[in-house]
Amino acid sequence: MTDADVSTVKRSLAVPDLSLVVLVGTTGSGKSTFARRHFLPTQVVSSDVCRGLVADDENDQSATPDAFDLLHYIAGKRLAAGRLTVVDATNVQSEARRSLIRLAREHDVLPVAIVLDVPEGECARRNAVRPDRAGMPAHVIPRQRRELRRSLKSLEREGFRKVHILRGSEEVEAAEITTERRYNDLRHLTGPFDIIGDIHGCRSELETLLGKLGYALRRDERGRPVDAAHPEGRTAVFVGDLVDRGPDSPGVLRLVMGMVASGAALCVPGNHENKLGRYLKGRKVQVTHGLAETVEQLEREHTEDPEFGDRVRVFIESLVSHYVLDGGALVVCHAGLPEKYHGRTSGRVRSHALYGDTTGETDEFGLPVRYPWAEDYRGRAAVVYGHTPTPVASWLNNTICLDTGCVFGGRMTALRWPERELVDVPAERIWYEPVKPLTNEAPGGAQGRPLDLGDVQGRRVVETRHMGRIAVKEENAAAALEVMSRFAVDPRLLGYLPPTMAPCATSSEDGYLEHPAEAFAAYRSDGVREVICEEKHMGSRAVALVCRDDTVARKRFDAPDGVSGMVYTRTGRPFFDDPRLTGKILRRLSRAIDSAGLWQELDTDWLLLDAELMPWSLKAEGLLRNQYAAVGAASRAVLPGVLTALENAAARGVEVSGLLGKQRERAVDAAAFTEAYRRYCWPVGDPQRGWPGEEREEPRGRRTVGSRGTDGLDGIRLAPFQILAVQGRSLAALPHDQQLAMIDRMVEAEGLDADANNSICAYVPTYVNRLLAPTRRLVVDTEDDASRAAGVQWWLDLTAAGGEGMVVKPLQGFVRKGDGRLVQPGVKCRGREYLRIIYGPEYTRPENLDRLRVRHLGHKRSLALREYALGLEALDRLADDEPLWRVHEAVFAVLALESEPVDPRL
Amino acid sequence: MILGRVFLTITTTGTDESPATDLGFLLHKHPDKAQRFSTSHGTAHVLYPEATAQRCTAALMLEVDPVALVRRGRGKGRGGAPDSALAQYVNDRPYAASSLLAVALSSVFSSALRGQCKARPELPERPLPLRIEVPALPARGGAELVQRLFTPLGWAVTAEPVALDEEFPEWGDSRYVRLVLEGEQRLADALRHLYVLLPVLDDAKHYWVAPDEVDKLLRSGEGWLEGHPEQRLITSRYLTRRWSLTRTALERLELARLAEADDTEVEEIDNAVAETTAEFAGEFAGESAEEEDGTQKTEGGVSGETTEAAGKPVPLAVQRREAILDALRGTESARVLDLGCGQGQLLAALLKDARFTEIVGVDVSMRALNETARRLRLDRMSERQSTRLKLMQGSLAYTDSRLRGYDAAVLCEVIEHVDPPRLPALEYAVFGAARPRAVVVTTPNVEYNVRWETLPAGKARHPDHRFEWTREEFRSWAGEVAERHGYTVEFRPVGPDDPEVGPPTQLALFRFGADGTKTDGTSTDRTSTDDKRTDHSTTETTSTTTAKEAAA
Repeated sequence: MTDADVSTVKRSLAVPDLSLVVLVGTTGSGKSTFARRHFLPTQVVSSDVCRGLVADDENDQSATPDAFDLLHYIAGKRLAAGRLTVVDATNVQSEARRSLIRLAREHDVLPVAIVLDVPEGECARRNAVRPDRAGMPAHVIPRQRRELRRSLKSLEREGFRKVHILRGSEEVEAAEITTERRYNDLRHLTGPFDIIGDIHGCRSELETLLGKLGYALRRDERGRPVDAAHPEGRTAVFVGDLVDRGPDSPGVLRLVMGMVASGAALCVPGNHENKLGRYLKGRKVQVTHGLAETVEQLEREHTEDPEFGDRVRVFIESLVSHYVLDGGALVVCHAGLPEKYHGRTSGRVRSHALYGDTTGETDEFGLPVRYPWAEDYRGRAAVVYGHTPTPVASWLNNTICLDTGCVFGGRMTALRWPERELVDVPAERIWYEPVKPLTNEAPGGAQGRPLDLGDVQGRRVVETRHMGRIAVKEENAAAALEVMSRFAVDPRLLGYLPPTMAPCATSSEDGYLEHPAEAFAAYRSDGVREVICEEKHMGSRAVALVCRDDTVARKRFDAPDGVSGMVYTRTGRPFFDDPRLTGKILRRLSRAIDSAGLWQELDTDWLLLDAELMPWSLKAEGLLRNQYAAVGAASRAVLPGVLTALENAAARGVEVSGLLGKQRERAVDAAAFTEAYRRYCWPVGDPQRGWPGEEREEPRGRRTVGSRGTDGLDGIRLAPFQILAVQGRSLAALPHDQQLAMIDRMVEAEGLDADANNSICAYVPTYVNRLLAPTRRLVVDTEDDASRAAGVQWWLDLTAAGGEGMVVKPLQGFVRKGDGRLVQPGVKCRGREYLRIIYGPEYTRPENLDRLRVRHLGHKRSLALREYALGLEALDRLADDEPLWRVHEAVFAVLALESEPVDPRL
Repeated sequence: MILGRVFLTITTTGTDESPATDLGFLLHKHPDKAQRFSTSHGTAHVLYPEATAQRCTAALMLEVDPVALVRRGRGKGRGGAPDSALAQYVNDRPYAASSLLAVALSSVFSSALRGQCKARPELPERPLPLRIEVPALPARGGAELVQRLFTPLGWAVTAEPVALDEEFPEWGDSRYVRLVLEGEQRLADALRHLYVLLPVLDDAKHYWVAPDEVDKLLRSGEGWLEGHPEQRLITSRYLTRRWSLTRTALERLELARLAEADDTEVEEIDNAVAETTAEFAGEFAGESAEEEDGTQKTEGGVSGETTEAAGKPVPLAVQRREAILDALRGTESARVLDLGCGQGQLLAALLKDARFTEIVGVDVSMRALNETARRLRLDRMSERQSTRLKLMQGSLAYTDSRLRGYDAAVLCEVIEHVDPPRLPALEYAVFGAARPRAVVVTTPNVEYNVRWETLPAGKARHPDHRFEWTREEFRSWAGEVAERHGYTVEFRPVGPDDPEVGPPTQLALFRFGADGTKTDGTSTDRTSTDDKRTDHSTTETTSTTTAKEAAA
């Protein structure tokens, strides 16, 4: 590559567009002039200028060390930013060049030397006309020239990847700089591409995959595929590891080499090609990790085609470790690449591209532990790679690994770019036994890696698509960790936690703390015209993950055998201690969804429901007994005695009339309090005491039998009010009227289903209580007075009949304000009587109400929005089939935020 | 939640010579007036429903201002909002009533309490036929404890439990009893009994702690407390609980909020540190108390879980720790993880043996860790000692890189606190990811439960146990774990090995590739690993495959 002997009139010097160009020449050899002529002034960093900057004198030799520090610093900054940089200094000594080569390597760019070998006399002449150099000792130039001549032969050995030597002023004059693209820079190629994951000699699966992608194979006379082309001119890109382990590595090589040669494909090398290349060059390598199979196959090939091995060697040597494609939007390499290495050229970059980053540790199978670089990746370009077998290919921070372990019996996967569609084919068999199973039994193992404490512990920031970065404090994460670890259901079944909900603004209406007028006014001012008022069921929040059956649950959620979903509370705990009860509820739900035709309609075999489960006493019995009922009991025990004492004192003529009147009012309040909580309590599992809110229906031919004959669900009511997500889709933004219409169909279908079911079980007549409860609602136009008034009246009627209250939500589900900020997804308006449970029996007394009106809603609202955004994020990640740890990160953050300090009465 | 009223009546009977209305002099409150007094928690009223020479009743009524009470508990909530979790869980509960009543008693009837009566100095010395009625008395320990506390003081006691809600008889009784005390007592003594015993009977969730509480107790208890058969309980409840519970309440705010979000009581999820420990908090430094306490903690459901060994009963917890230490010594481990360290009983034992150079206590409960730090007096430990010990929050539901590279890990009575569906995660976190050379796992042997007479049949030893295994079940689990992760396992009994039902505790000692049959695989594994490092090759192989290849 040395151009020393070439001498032409116009001489073209090739310089990679990102490199560190080191000019080498004695003082007076014309470096600065050369640099000025061929490069931008800003690309040139000159030692003279730096000397001037630090010492006010470009020739102050005592400032040289500082000047070079500065020079290195500037050059380093430019290289880090990916800019071509020219160093204008004599660089005649090898130490000076060595430090520059180190600098280039640190920034993974190529060092290039341009030597200006100009005779001494000419240099001296030039210096003489420069007053500032007039005093230079005469021995300097001859010394520098001696050093230069000594260096010439060793420049390439020192590490310069290109060396251009210009002998004499004429050659210097005649030189021209040509910037050339780096080998890895294929930004001008825009595809479209089909990027294909690790093949490992699975030639047959590769043929199938190419066929599925639409490529037409060309075969040789023996029927072996030797090339393939896509009718629409798509380009295949292979991420490497074509060979080893599998049944036909030569066949794969023949096809891929043909495609690369014909321009139908690009290919980057994998670590297996690298090793094979070294083997073919006669280097000593360990014939392990499936290389033995390849060697054997190549030997067989050799008997028929003695040159095949050489062609493979040349092909492997020609491979470039990674490519930057499609205007810089796509990077393809074998083992993944952090952004700072994109488009760079160094041994380190190549090594990372081939082998990835390892932590230096080994796992339980003796395999190196890979550093999860993709988790930190924030780059703009999508990185598509292979190398690490994973059960499913999934995007993570704009990176995706396409190695789905075909040779180990998994699948071979391709990614269509820019469509970002995954296309895969299953392995025909297990060609090679994996050392470590592709998945492990720990949660998350099936989707890449098990959950790690680093995903959740300490202060964390969760990136959400709807609200940006949301922070979780350390102490909140600590509390959530305890609850999540000790009490929650298996994280695989916990794809979502519901956010908290703020109440409406505090009302100033007489006798009310909360009133719908406030909710309507708030949404109106947020620009939300249509809102839906939904009956607020007084039970406990329940989220139900319903799969069609346990096969679906196992396949999609990696659930244990016999488990077809989960019903859990708002902190992720199983709703029922008895899994059989959960199972019964899930089966009923699954049947109702089936009868309503929702599986087909939503094109899914699982769905996630947000619901309220009644009665309240089922889950909150401890709280009821120790807090609410206890207050009632104490009141009832004390008040008669108090009243008697006061009445007796009054009878004696003691002035207690004011006190007596007050106590009588309080007795009324206390009774109202007890009434308030009793409405939400009833026993379950007893068919004689069903749901008090509903007339007991006794359809024809159905007999009620004793509690032994029931399925134990009597009295339990589940009111779903939102379908959160289904396969491939979050439904969080589906308008609430459509949501509820689908849910109505489930509720209706359950009734029909129960009838049908009952006739089948004619011999064991079982009374099946209805599980599903409908949610009443009313749509209100916030701009319309009459509509608002109707909304208020609806709420008054609802609460007068014992209802807890209502939730007001924007009908459209997901709404942003004019300024782009999220609108509260709902606010609650709780009934006047219900609030006694929250604020105490006597809260309605004017003096108490006045004080209670001072409540601080700001933090609750902010919390509600943050949890909402995290919930949406969890649903999106779940719907996108992201790895478990990504879903869990968002779910965990919701739980953590629930432990933030906020007035619990809100 | 809002307090009920607090109410009590004191009735005495008399004759014309010694009229019952003398009560008015004794209480310094005129029988014909209704008087009101401001106290720190609300307004107290004193009035007399009846006042004749034959019979005189004084009623004390405290109207607690619930809104003010909640606002008192301002914490670090944002925007000046009350940190209501604190308010809720410490102040604003009906069972704080007794403390408040005691405060009211002392401020409204202070002279009577001291036994002073300026107008009629002879009166206070005279025993009166008294009838004291408290219609709703919060009583932790129920009517039975009420009897035990008041009967020795010469009272005829009627204590009837108050039903929670007659509409829901299945809910049973409330924590309140209707209390009637009858007897001949000096009024001052009667008031002092109430002043001390009402808070003792309360669930003792006081948030107020005055530094002179001990003096107050001594003063009010003078003449009756020293001889009381329940003196220890009275003193400990009156004094020690308040400190620890105040502290506890502050420590568990986050958990309290999570419980709140789930409509459950905080005790349901904040149970990593047994409540009973607080009773012994003052004495923990003593070894005996520690053992007693350790037993309480790990086997809360079983009273006095000890087994006879060498004639002297040795608590099972101690035997278990000894067995674990033996196992660790046998594996020549120096750097040891105590996974699920609870309140640090095992850590304390490990610290006493210098061969353990690095001891890491991990627990998911911050409260347990704080308690451990206090118990081990971490802040006062010498630097050399404290560098050997590290405490950190962690969870075996997740892999944790901090746990890699240790010689041994102990899971002492831990696995049975994990829901069975989540055991695979624990298994992977310990044996797959942390992968210490040795792992010691102990767990109860459920077969042995029949040997404990105090343990009802079918009941777990601890309310938080998610399962208890037979020997067979444990062996089969441990065997599969060992197989999956390349460990060998041996089993050892802890406690007396009953010929029929086995030992009370079962211990499994896992070793990584220690066994002869495994060594082969391990060594191959090691070399191939090294090859891979130098070779940069990060692809897969097994020792078995390599061996197969070699053989072929």
